[in-house]
Amino acid sequence: MIDASPLGIPMILWMAGALAMYMAWAIGANDVANAMGTSVGSGALTIRRAVIVAAVLEFSGALFVGGHVTDTVRKGMLDMQLVQADPQLLLYGMLGSLAAAATLLAVATSYGLPISTTHAIVGAIVGFGAVALGVDAVNWGKVAQIVASWVTSPLIGAVLSFLTFNLVRYLILDRDQPFEAARRVGPFFFFFVTFVIGLVTLFKGLKNLNLDFDLPEAFGLSCVIGIAGGCLGSLVIRRVKRASDGLADTRFGGVERIFVVLQIMTACAVAFAHGSNDVANSIGPLAAVSAVVREADLSQKAPVEIWMLVIGGIGIVFGLATWGYRVMETVGRKITELTPSRGFSAELAAALTIVLASRLGIPVSTTHILVGSVLGVGIARGIGALDLRVVGRIMVSWVATLPIAAVLSIFFFYFFKGLLA
Amino acid sequence: MSLIANLFGHSPIRPMQEHMRAAVECARQILPLFEEMVAGDKAAIAARRQEIDRLEHEADRIKNEIRSHLPKRMFLAVERRDMLEILDYQDSIADVAQDIAELADMRGMVVPKALAAAFLDLVRRVLTACEQAERVVNELDELVETGFRGREVARVDQMIAELSRMESETDELEERVQRLLFGIEDELGISAMFWYQLIDKAAGMADYAERVGNRLRLLIAN
Repeated sequence: MIDASPLGIPMILWMAGALAMYMAWAIGANDVANAMGTSVGSGALTIRRAVIVAAVLEFSGALFVGGHVTDTVRKGMLDMQLVQADPQLLLYGMLGSLAAAATLLAVATSYGLPISTTHAIVGAIVGFGAVALGVDAVNWGKVAQIVASWVTSPLIGAVLSFLTFNLVRYLILDRDQPFEAARRVGPFFFFFVTFVIGLVTLFKGLKNLNLDFDLPEAFGLSCVIGIAGGCLGSLVIRRVKRASDGLADTRFGGVERIFVVLQIMTACAVAFAHGSNDVANSIGPLAAVSAVVREADLSQKAPVEIWMLVIGGIGIVFGLATWGYRVMETVGRKITELTPSRGFSAELAAALTIVLASRLGIPVSTTHILVGSVLGVGIARGIGALDLRVVGRIMVSWVATLPIAAVLSIFFFYFFKGLLA
Repeated sequence: MSLIANLFGHSPIRPMQEHMRAAVECARQILPLFEEMVAGDKAAIAARRQEIDRLEHEADRIKNEIRSHLPKRMFLAVERRDMLEILDYQDSIADVAQDIAELADMRGMVVPKALAAAFLDLVRRVLTACEQAERVVNELDELVETGFRGREVARVDQMIAELSRMESETDELEERVQRLLFGIEDELGISAMFWYQLIDKAAGMADYAERVGNRLRLLIAN
């Protein structure tokens, strides 16, 4: 039945690949700045370094942990048993979803509107699923879980960052010798973050690389990774000098210089987490298309193919290199109020929340989680002034993105059906 | 545009400190002004008044800027109302300094010999209080840094207590100058009234400095 298509299999795959690449490019161009912009703004990293570091970590995040959310986007939101009867429809729909999300993204970006690629792709898939395949074809339980996570994940980020900031305050800022305290505690933060991310990544998470660790193995290995992270952190922190200019600086100048180092680490964690979650927005539909054209069993729990994760990773890196650095510069310039200790608290919370969502296969908006985390530090009275209009804008972007993406994907579904059938 | 980039507003903390610096700089001019009034150097007094006017305008400019950047939608580390109230007290320091310079210049007032020493003592003490208030306001960014908790709060509390003590001292010095003034009021005639006012205003600057501290203490507590 596939051979009946006038364009042929390679052409369809090329089309899907190109659209997925565009999506990944857009993610890299717009979203990555949020992860690294904080470090650029606080002067911790130059733009050039931030781009390189982000590229490496986004790519690793996509490659190592990106498979879980990709599975959800590929087959989690639609009833694959129903789709199996006529897999061609899934092919048109996933192509349509990619086209819809890509179009929406391009238009929104040209108008300077912040929309989430996650919301665009989820709205698109649910849209064509409900209309083209029938309301019963949508796995509403899963969709409800995803939508609920869009509310809960920023809240979790806020709670975690509130706690992190209070911990920072208790362990470091409120001590007699905050600089020494930061030097002592800093490496443990390095350990903690690398350990948790290691554990989340390793524990039954690397099946697509043919590595399957059970809990004791994953735990042991993560300890090793964490200790390596802690040692690295300790080495870097030791090189941080106490304030030499004395009175000209605030008494916390030296402490903040240590947090500059810690914040680079958390920014890396956010980049990794971002890669692990958002890569799925581009390659999830591509994976579905690929499965259909190869006439695979759609509901089968096939590991996401490495080449797709690589495509997504390269797309993100490419977006970062061609456009993302400019956004990063703008973001960095505008968030100088976020001092390294606050940036650290917010990013640590965001990275953990995102990477956990990635591991659970839930597509979330990394930007919204980061906003939630920054607000968490604000609630702890840690940031001078926060503009609450952003919360309203998030609501608006939700309401606008989901239905428009759904309608667009229905349109593109029929377009591709007409073109290919 | 990025949501993150739009999340951050202008923090009023640094502008508040700049405003306080300008206001206290105004107050600082009062000491040389009185020295010039003791010497009876009218040209110098006029020049001093101009300088105070300039500084007071600078303070006003910063004040208006802070106000325009504090819309209600901002979520601030410090209560907006508290911040504006402190700003008003800070601004009063500059305003009063300007009033004093104006009166001194317009009426061409020369400090009576009997008052000079006590008067200068009072002004010096008032300035110490103003400068202490400035130091307290300069702790605001450290307070935000520590999230208004713990040691830093204790430190600032102590500084504010010290400020209160300084203000009480100005009260004593003010009474001393006033008593001296009442002793010679027959010689001064109508001028006595204006001298009474000047003493009152000079001491008033310390009151405003103390209010800055007290308001800040409340702000820390909530």
